[in-house]
Parts: sequence; C-alpha cells; structure tokens
Amino acid sequence: MQTATEALPREDESAPNGKTPRWRRAAWSVLPPLGFFLLVLGFLYLVSYVLLNPQRQFLLPPPHEVIQNGVLDRANLKEQLHALWDTAKVAIIGLAIAFVIGTSLAILMSQAKWIERTLYPYAVIVQVTPILAVVPLIALWFGYDIQARVVVCVIISIFPIITNTLYGLLTVDSNLHDLFTLHNAGRWRRLRKLQLPHAIPDIFVGLRVSAGLSVIGAIVGEFFFRQGTPGLGRLLDLYRARLQTDLLMSTLLFCCLLGIAMFVLVGAIGNRLTRSWFESGGRG
Amino acid sequence: MSAHGSAAAVTDASTSEVIVFRNAGKVFPDGTEAVRDVSFTLRRGEFLSVVGPSGCGKSTLLRMASGLGPQTSGEVERRVDNVGYVFQDATLLPWRTVQKNVELLAELDGASGAERRRLAAEAIGLVGLSGFENHYPKALSGGMRMRASVARALTTRPPLFLLDEPFGALDEITRGTLNEELMRLFVSERFAAIFITHSISEAVYLSSRLLVMSSRPGHIVQEFHVPFPYPRSPELRFDAEFGRLAGEVSHALREGHA
Repeated sequence: MQTATEALPREDESAPNGKTPRWRRAAWSVLPPLGFFLLVLGFLYLVSYVLLNPQRQFLLPPPHEVIQNGVLDRANLKEQLHALWDTAKVAIIGLAIAFVIGTSLAILMSQAKWIERTLYPYAVIVQVTPILAVVPLIALWFGYDIQARVVVCVIISIFPIITNTLYGLLTVDSNLHDLFTLHNAGRWRRLRKLQLPHAIPDIFVGLRVSAGLSVIGAIVGEFFFRQGTPGLGRLLDLYRARLQTDLLMSTLLFCCLLGIAMFVLVGAIGNRLTRSWFESGGRG
Repeated sequence: MSAHGSAAAVTDASTSEVIVFRNAGKVFPDGTEAVRDVSFTLRRGEFLSVVGPSGCGKSTLLRMASGLGPQTSGEVERRVDNVGYVFQDATLLPWRTVQKNVELLAELDGASGAERRRLAAEAIGLVGLSGFENHYPKALSGGMRMRASVARALTTRPPLFLLDEPFGALDEITRGTLNEELMRLFVSERFAAIFITHSISEAVYLSSRLLVMSSRPGHIVQEFHVPFPYPRSPELRFDAEFGRLAGEVSHALREGHA
C-alpha cells in the first residue's frame, strides 16, 4: 500500500523562527517583570524612609521588615501558614463544589434550549448579586463557620464554570453531531463521547478564572463568618486592628501566593489532560 | 458511449438501485428554496458527481440523501441503511488518535473491541495511513487527516458513500493524489457514491455520471455520462476527449449560473 508521505509530523517546535537562542528568550520573559519589581521595591523604600517621618513609618514598613517579621519570624510564620492552610481548604472545597454544581448545570442546560432559557437568568442573578446582600441569609442558614465560608466561595466562583462549560458543550462541529445522528447515538453517548471531551479545554478556561475567584471568596467570607479556625482573612483583620502593618503586608503576600498557586495548579491539570491532543504518537 | 468494456463491468456487476430521487425538493423553514425538482437514480457501482456554483444546494442534496435533512416535497427512496458520510473538513476528534478516530463509527454501532480494531486496521491500510495509528489529528497534515476521515467512513463498509467536497480544502497536489486513491477504493470496493465538488476536472476524472446544478434554487441543468473505463490513469486528465467533456460541463455550468 501507499505510505502517506506528503507531510511528516512536525518534530521540532523549539526554534520556530530559528535565530534567537533559548537563554535570550528566557531572559526576555524574566527581565522585564523583574525590573519592574525592583522599581516598585525602590519606590517602597523611598516612601518608607524618605517621605514618611519616623512616627508614621508604620503606615508603610520597609520591605525587609515585612520579610523579617512576617516570614522569618517563626511564631508569626506559623500563625500565617496555619491561616493559609485554612483558607486554602475553604477555597479548594468551594472550587470543587462549584465545579461539580457548575458543570452539572451546564450539562443540564446543554440538553434543551428551554432548560437553558429557564436556568441561565438565575445563573446571571447569582453572579451579579452583591455577596454582601446575601450574607445575612447565609448566616441564618449555614451559621458562621467553615460551611458559610464555603458557600460564599461557591457563589463567587461558579459562574465562569457554568458559562465556559456550556460554551464548550454547545460548540461541537455540527458535522460531528450529524455523524453521531447517522449512527443513532443517543443523548448520553453524544455527551460522553463528543460534547464532554470537546468541552474539556473550555471547562479549564472557566476553572482557571474560578480558581482565582475561589480564593477571593474564601478570604472575603472570613470577614463575615468568624467562627472556627482563623484563615488569612481574619488574620488580615486582626493585624489591621493591631496596626501591625508589616504582618498585614506579609499576609497579603500569602494571599497572592495562594491565588497564584490555585491558578497554576488548575492550569497544569488542564494542560496535562489536553497535552496528548498535540502529540504525534510513537511510530508503528 | 457504453462501448468501453470495464466501465460496463463495474456498472453491470450489480444493477441494484441504492437511492432514487423523485422530484425531490427542499424549502427551509425560513422560506428559502434550496433544491427544486431533482430526480435521478443511483445504482451500486456508480460514481455520481454533482457540480454547481456555491450555494446551489449541493450539500442540501446530500443531507436529503442521508436522511439528515429530509426533503419537503417529492420523494427520496434510500434502499440501504448504512451510508458513509465524508465532510469537507476531516471532522476528527482531536482527543483521539487516528486509530481511535477510525474506530468511532464501529464503536457507536456497538461492535466489539476486537472487531473494531480489525475494521480500523483494514481501513487504515486501505487509505495508506499505516504507521500513523497512534498520531493525534493535530500532528497530521490536511491530506492525512482527510485520509483518516475516509478510513473512518470505510469501516462500516457502506454501500453508499456521500462525499461533500471532501478535498476542497486541500492543495492541488494532495488533491490529485487523494483523487487517485479514491478512484482505487471505488474500483476495489464497488460502492455507490454521490460526490459533491467545485472542480470540474475532479468530477470528470472520478465519476461515471455527472450532474450539473443551477444556482439557487438548485435543479439539475444537465446530465453527463463519462465513458472512460475504470481504473483511470492520472494521465487521462490530459486526454483530448477528457478536455472536450470538461469543456461541455463547464459550458453547462455557466448556462445554469446565468
């Protein structure tokens, strides 16, 4: 038989336009943000030492004090790491619940236009209602402990999961749907073998946005619901009350770290699941 | 025109009718009339090409033939259950390897794992994709994806092939190669085919019969019988008789468009 020779799979993607060496491109992606970081650092020192008089320096402690007291001090570090873990727990549980409910709703909506029409407006309402307005009800129904914080997390992070999953489920090539129709595939097979796999990249686009939102939800939730072990949100409030600006800022760093970690983690899982789609599998 | 021996051999081998259009027409719900009063009979071993300007309802015709978009007037009588449909795009599933893509239809039809693998291996061999079973579609060229798409349709051994401009998006050279391979498959498998195309030379080269459609609402302007015996060599395209026939088709096409 003939062999297909008109184009062999591409082998090397690393040097698309040749010339630029790898280290230079790496440097080009690292140096600008690093430079900006140094600029900001310099500005902070300038404000802290030059613009503020010593009595008011507590408003903006110099960066090395933030690191010294907030990160290198064992007791303070321990306190913040415990809080970090507590908040991470709420964010992860919240995101997981938002994922399950969000994708389920999207699957339901993808089954019939009338279901979508019925449910979608309420998804939008959940999205646009200020969380502050729902707080009293959440308190009545779920109390003031971790459950209430998880609920806040779910409410804040569910919308991108619903919309992106729905988009992925509904944008399958109509020819592929025809092919499934010709072979008498029912809803379930269509969903399992066609729509859901097709939606995976979109689901992860939604999840990445929601991952960031879930951290926000977990922290914001703690400002309202203060029972149980303290998380980053309560710590922030505590340090604010004590005017411990250095710890306030180090806790802020941990908040950012958590958000970035969630974002990167979800992104990595997504890439891993779709990575093989771009592979030119082993010969023979 | 039927003096050519092997052309007759292919057609006479089985004269069973695969699909019959009787004054079939299609009006869409929004009122546009896509196809008007189309009648033809397709028998096993016939390769029927349909050429016409874009938007003349060629694809609508195929959807009527497959039952995906039934006619709104007249009759379409399909005497086989199993149709192989090949679209303009390869429409492979990017999360499946070539092997798994080709297995898809047998899988939907409920074939066992071993049966699926056997059918797929056979079809992959027929289209010349052996060795690429474990590649994902994104790593293949357009021509190879189309081969995989044809292989997928082949697995169910359809007596009727519906091809909707399958090579329209490919470059001229790849297109030529795939034309020859489709020809080879047609000669060995003896299915019936309705082949939609924009390319007159492709249509004349491949088909035993050729319908020219007018612009919307599409109806048949003229029918041509293509007398050259199968299998046809690629050099046929430079034959004087081939050129004359292509010229006639082109003329009919322009008439229908006006």
